[in-house]
Amino acid sequence: MTSSVATRPQQPPPARARSHRSIPARLLVAPSVILLVLWMVVPLAMAIWFAFQRYNLLIPDNREFVGFANFAYILTDPTLWISIGITMILVVSVLAITIGLGTVLAVLFNQEFPGRGVARVLAISPFFVMPTVSALIWKNMLMHPVNGLFAQITRGLGLGAIDWFADFPLLAIIIIVAWQWLPFSLLILLTAIQSLDTDQMEAARMDGASAMQLFRFVVLPHLNRAIAVVAMIETIFFLTIFAEIFVTTGGGPGLATTNLAYYIYLKALLEFDVGGASAGGLIAVVLANIVAIFLMRSVARNLDT
Amino acid sequence: MSTVTLRDIHKTYIDNEIIKGVDLDIHDREFVVFVGPSGCGKSTLLRMIAGLEDITSGDLLVDGERMNDVPPDQRGLAMVFQTYALYPHMTVAENMAFSLRLAGVSKERRLERARDVARILQLEPLLDRKPGKLSGGQRQRVAIGRALVRNPKVFLFDEPLSNLDASLRVQMRIELSGLHESLQSTMIYVTHDQIEAMTLADKIVVLQGGVVEQVGSPLELYHHPRNLFVAGFIGSPKMNFLSVQTTGVQDSGTTVRLPGDATITIPVQPRTLMAGDRATLGIRPEHLRIDATNPTLMGEVLVVERLGGETYLYVKVAGGETFIVQTDGNSRAKVRDRVPVTIEGSVCHLFDGEGQAIPKAERHPLSLTRHPEVPLHTEATLEQTYEQPTHLHEVPRQAE
Repeated sequence: MTSSVATRPQQPPPARARSHRSIPARLLVAPSVILLVLWMVVPLAMAIWFAFQRYNLLIPDNREFVGFANFAYILTDPTLWISIGITMILVVSVLAITIGLGTVLAVLFNQEFPGRGVARVLAISPFFVMPTVSALIWKNMLMHPVNGLFAQITRGLGLGAIDWFADFPLLAIIIIVAWQWLPFSLLILLTAIQSLDTDQMEAARMDGASAMQLFRFVVLPHLNRAIAVVAMIETIFFLTIFAEIFVTTGGGPGLATTNLAYYIYLKALLEFDVGGASAGGLIAVVLANIVAIFLMRSVARNLDT
Repeated sequence: MSTVTLRDIHKTYIDNEIIKGVDLDIHDREFVVFVGPSGCGKSTLLRMIAGLEDITSGDLLVDGERMNDVPPDQRGLAMVFQTYALYPHMTVAENMAFSLRLAGVSKERRLERARDVARILQLEPLLDRKPGKLSGGQRQRVAIGRALVRNPKVFLFDEPLSNLDASLRVQMRIELSGLHESLQSTMIYVTHDQIEAMTLADKIVVLQGGVVEQVGSPLELYHHPRNLFVAGFIGSPKMNFLSVQTTGVQDSGTTVRLPGDATITIPVQPRTLMAGDRATLGIRPEHLRIDATNPTLMGEVLVVERLGGETYLYVKVAGGETFIVQTDGNSRAKVRDRVPVTIEGSVCHLFDGEGQAIPKAERHPLSLTRHPEVPLHTEATLEQTYEQPTHLHEVPRQAE
């Protein structure tokens, strides 16, 4: 019986019948497709449209098509390049801190110790604090040169106080963002470590691996994939850091903490230059895509094996 | 030379004693199988030998050296895990040579060694593949290769075949047996599969509840089980047990009365049993016969299992017990038939009220030596095999 089925010539279903069947299917997916189009394509299209317009909110009537003038202006604006540089520093250093420290913490939190459950909850809790609030906490309660906890401690030790947001503004932002995102990488890497086969660890121990070698040759390769995923997700968010900068430094002093997102905000809402801001936004989109392509490649390669 | 000696080994997790004092001598080039029901402690015992579990008390000696506190990699042992535990991000060659890499051996030497081992295991075409692209049997072979590369004194196998399908398991079993033959190294093998135990072992260690029930060659355990547990555990289908009453004890054998008033005489030594004592009669399904000429018991067939070559009849006999009878594949017996069952005293086992076996008057000829194919190394080993059944938890120490 099976052989008769297998030898029967395979006839493709009639084309009309197939299209008939797929019409309701298309109808059914339509709502989500339409929503996606509205959600993603419309704002993008509008940004592209505005990018080619001279459009300043102070003189809204003076609107006209200006070709690539906005782009030319933006790309020759040294502030843009500074902000791109700062964005990159921000992304790379926060990634390095969260993944590096996150991996170490994940290994530690995977060990048995009394109060592990409570410790895990505490370690993860910063992620639940919204960015504006955590920025305020750091600004007013921890890093404040007069009232801040750090200043109190260093002054108590006779070392004087550091005015974080004046002297090390970018470092301060990096610390705040890293504090917020460390729990995220910790959480994902911890679950990844827990999926590691204990037999593998034991086999490596029998092969003579020391604790460091165990980490280097067994744990780290196992975490590869999770690290790539964390890096990808975090990069997407770090490219658009805004609230922390807005609340603490306001992009300053000077341009010391102006990243791309903040630069676009400055253009659009402080200079009221919608055209220029849109052009900056498009540059940000292109930049994010370049980064995303590289990340996707590395993640996809990791998912393969 | 590579011997493993266990002296009064205990393992306690908090309040729970898992291993309750194990004494064992494993000789050079011996294939020893730990067998027992799940939770009997056989894997724990193996992991303690490997160094993956701490030994609560007692001594573990490898080649006469105390190894209790030596880290796993320095004990000169290699282990093959049930899940293979291959490193998924490394190729077959890298997997096998990982221990050498950790030991700081140069890349060429490592590859050379991996290639040598791959040749033995027919893994050469697969050296550059990752474990994810291999079949179960190939992975198993890589895991064995990884152990081989280290050139260990003793191989440890933790249920290595239980993740394979039935036909592959038979094939790998034969390969393992051949490997032992060609390497001539000491191997310790844990399994719950008694066919693996019977076919591979020079010496089987039957464990239950953290205690060694019996140590001996496969046929010794089959023909001379020391107690009810071993008798029931070794052999498939399980040995039949029947509660009987002793009626007479002579030098030539002990006579017992069966529930149906039939009596049989079993050639066992006159030991602890007295006339009138309750005892347990044990008889293997393959030793029961359906025979009308001089039946010992009559019974009713409850279930018929036909395997083609043989037929298993589940027969309810007088006294309410159910016997499994192995009979000819062409048996015409049907459910609810009344069948005559013949029990021969010479192949029966007798156990006293505590479940201890009454030693047979004569030992089975095949159970005197070790595995027939494996030559005996010394006279001393032969002596030992004779001696073993008379000591319960004590195995004679071998002169070093």
